[in-house]
Amino acid sequence: MGYPHKPHPRETVVLSKYFGDADARTYKGWVKRGGYEMLAQALTMEPAKVIDIVKESGLRGRGGAGFPTGLKWSFMPKEKKKPHYLCVNADESEPGTFKDREIMRWTPHALLEGSAIAAHAIQAEVVYIYIRGEFTEPWTYMERALAEASAAKVFGAIKIYLHRGAGAYICGEETALMNSIEGKRGNPRIKPPFPAAAGLFGMPTTINNVETLAAVPPILKQGAAWYKGLSLSSPKSTGTKLFSVCGHVQKPGNYEVTMGFPLKDLVYELCGGMRSGRTLKACIPGGSSVPILNREETESCLLDYEGVVERGSMLGSGGVIVFDDSADMVYQIMRLARFYAHESCAQCTQCREGTAWTTKILERILAGQGKMADLDLLLDLSENMTGKTICVLSDSCAAPVVSGIKRFKNEFEDYIAGRRKPVMVA
Amino acid sequence: MADELINLTIDGAPVSVPKGTLVIEAAKQAGVLVPHYCYHPGLPVAGVCRMCLVEIEKAPKLQIACATQVAEGMVVRTQSPQAKQGRMGVLELLLINHPLDCPICDQAGECELQDFTFQEGRPATRYSPDYAKRFNPVEDFGPDVLYVPNRCILCTRCVRFMEDVAKEPVLNVSERGDRAFIGIHPEARLDHPWAGNVVDLCPVGSLLSKDFLHKARAWELDKTASICTGCSQGCNVTLDTRDNIVVRVRPRPNLDVNRYFICDHGRMNYRWMNRGDRIEAPLVQRDGELHAADWDEACERVATLLRGAGGRAVALVSPKASTEALFLARELFTGLDWRGAFQVVMGEEAPLAGVPNLALRAERAPNAKGAELLGYTRDYAATLAAAESAAIVLVLDEPDLVVRTAGTLIYVGTVLPDGARAATVVLPIANVAEEDGTFVNRDGRAQRYFQAKPAPGMARPAWWVFSELAAAAGRGERIASADEAFERLSASVDGLRGLVPA
Repeated sequence: MGYPHKPHPRETVVLSKYFGDADARTYKGWVKRGGYEMLAQALTMEPAKVIDIVKESGLRGRGGAGFPTGLKWSFMPKEKKKPHYLCVNADESEPGTFKDREIMRWTPHALLEGSAIAAHAIQAEVVYIYIRGEFTEPWTYMERALAEASAAKVFGAIKIYLHRGAGAYICGEETALMNSIEGKRGNPRIKPPFPAAAGLFGMPTTINNVETLAAVPPILKQGAAWYKGLSLSSPKSTGTKLFSVCGHVQKPGNYEVTMGFPLKDLVYELCGGMRSGRTLKACIPGGSSVPILNREETESCLLDYEGVVERGSMLGSGGVIVFDDSADMVYQIMRLARFYAHESCAQCTQCREGTAWTTKILERILAGQGKMADLDLLLDLSENMTGKTICVLSDSCAAPVVSGIKRFKNEFEDYIAGRRKPVMVA
Repeated sequence: MADELINLTIDGAPVSVPKGTLVIEAAKQAGVLVPHYCYHPGLPVAGVCRMCLVEIEKAPKLQIACATQVAEGMVVRTQSPQAKQGRMGVLELLLINHPLDCPICDQAGECELQDFTFQEGRPATRYSPDYAKRFNPVEDFGPDVLYVPNRCILCTRCVRFMEDVAKEPVLNVSERGDRAFIGIHPEARLDHPWAGNVVDLCPVGSLLSKDFLHKARAWELDKTASICTGCSQGCNVTLDTRDNIVVRVRPRPNLDVNRYFICDHGRMNYRWMNRGDRIEAPLVQRDGELHAADWDEACERVATLLRGAGGRAVALVSPKASTEALFLARELFTGLDWRGAFQVVMGEEAPLAGVPNLALRAERAPNAKGAELLGYTRDYAATLAAAESAAIVLVLDEPDLVVRTAGTLIYVGTVLPDGARAATVVLPIANVAEEDGTFVNRDGRAQRYFQAKPAPGMARPAWWVFSELAAAAGRGERIASADEAFERLSASVDGLRGLVPA
């Protein structure tokens, strides 16, 4: 995947600066590159001061929701009466997203440093880094990095543990992740109470994404104003963001650009455009859980939290899935629905039954046995699955279905009317 | 501040409830039942079935009434088009994998899925009959519990009961998505002494009692409020009868005694109520044999004995007899030198760990406390010995008792044991399912039970029998009802003084 990494001139490398540089993985190598300086400095600062800097920088959660990070940290009790925890969400499982994996593969110390700074800011003595079970290579590097940094005693009183997931997508949902760490079934919890009030083991907890935390040391180093200045568009979206591009582009991979970068340029310039002889048909801009964009929307979309919403989707995790004109959107949507049906935790009725039913209807349409009424049924079902459950897995299944039918209705109708050859669905 | 009241409006009706109350409970006070499956007041909130979706003003989306606390000025609408649409959606989804085998399902008629579907479900499904429904074979979970996974709606009430109430977490949700089912620990059985409650808790016909399997359709049952006779806890129960046969015992909620639960010992403790070998007529001794008589003759015989009696009288009574009967039996001996005693069968205590002060008690009798309050002692052996020289010995429904006496034996009971064949008079009485009465539980709480079925033949409630005998012997007035008997005893007995039948 293009390593050693040579960034495109239009990239702004902050997080991905050392991607491909194996020496940066080691403790010594990281220190040589200025690593852990900011942690040492932060540990001497008032926690509230650290939070203020992060607030000022405009950093927002990179896991998908885009919640302001400093604000989230400030929800933690100021006066400490119970143990505080920091959970690091490294359970990156969103289809089309592979940015956290690269951070852990190449700059594990960036994550460890950012985590320790965050822990100090929220007055947490313990950090749990919950790493996706399939990430065997990142796990190895993280383990090694943690051992080295712990031996060098850089974390002060803060204790960091790695916790390995066991393969469930839903454990990337923050409260399911906490249940999983506690040794329980990975079911999302009802909110309230929110994690800052009662999270891991019932204690005040903050949970942040890998990319979010990796951005913290550079923010401290170069200042909130610098980070805030990294924006091409909305002042509400600041800094750089890693985009994992996959699908029918010439050069898939991770690209780091400043907020507000045009999606069109990401696809056509940085990724080298579509496969030869093909044209862009659709794009999922923020991981599989967000609405699909058509070509016009894709080519006019700015990559920041507001810009993608303006086009009818969401920035999400930054997993950009690109489809060319050969893509069968009905099939692609069915595959997404099937993923959610497989991964539903089974708690909420709408999700447990709705994801599976949606999949069955889509499979039947693909088999050439669909009815026109199925499209209305899919939309109605999706409406039932949106905003009515504990977590948003159900909504995530509905999003591509609704946006897909809206934008590519003709493809569904072709299958139903028999104008398109049925697909055997395994 | 536990006493702080919150004012809100539910479907237009204003209600005031304590702070912290859940919307679903507040709605009950407004006379509104919000349809629900996973919620149960005796279990921790799960919020998973999503059936209790309601509209709350100012909330951006529908909220679940079971996990939302009331707030001052809150306006709740359970019948708004959005709320009804949301719940209709849940019902449709619950039914797509549900077999619709109501005609052969034990739960039919008392099934919450059936009830709410009739109330607000879709008239027809949109789920194609071409799609297979989820199938898993029936599983034998425990001594009295079958699991029919096809009917399961995964509300997790059973899982939460075992985990949080019984504190023996042998059940879980296994698998994910629409493949999920209730799993049992591979090396465990659902044999906890309180496990049978999962059958009551199950809102559908997924967890079934083997004991009740195919015995009756729900609509054939008559239901009567009663008190369990299994031990001194005094759990409130409902006796379900079909054609005057008790076919099931279920818990009746009482937050102070048994909350929503009963133990399996109590649940199974009903077959004797249907015994066929009952005494159906008064029997009097004539020519060395017992002969059937009418009540007048029998009462007159006893009255004659009582009138001529001198010396000591002894009463050996069952701690399962009603307080009213025990009181009137005592009254019968007014003026005589009498002593009364009872014995209690003991067993193993089995607490329900998650509920304070709730257990299957070692003392396997419902009314030992009542007997004590009335002056009967636990000094059974000595009283039995005293019976040998007593002039009159009254035995109240102790069929296993072997009593020797030189005096006259009066046996009042439901069945005729060999030991009672020497009695001068045998009087047939109703059992607990056949009479009204009161038991006093181990904490001194007097609790009433009601007649669920008729007594066989000429058998009468024991309180009636003793009242008739007293009247015949000129030792008291006739009493018309168990209520009147209770009023009389509550006027004089310490510990029950001042209580009135509700």
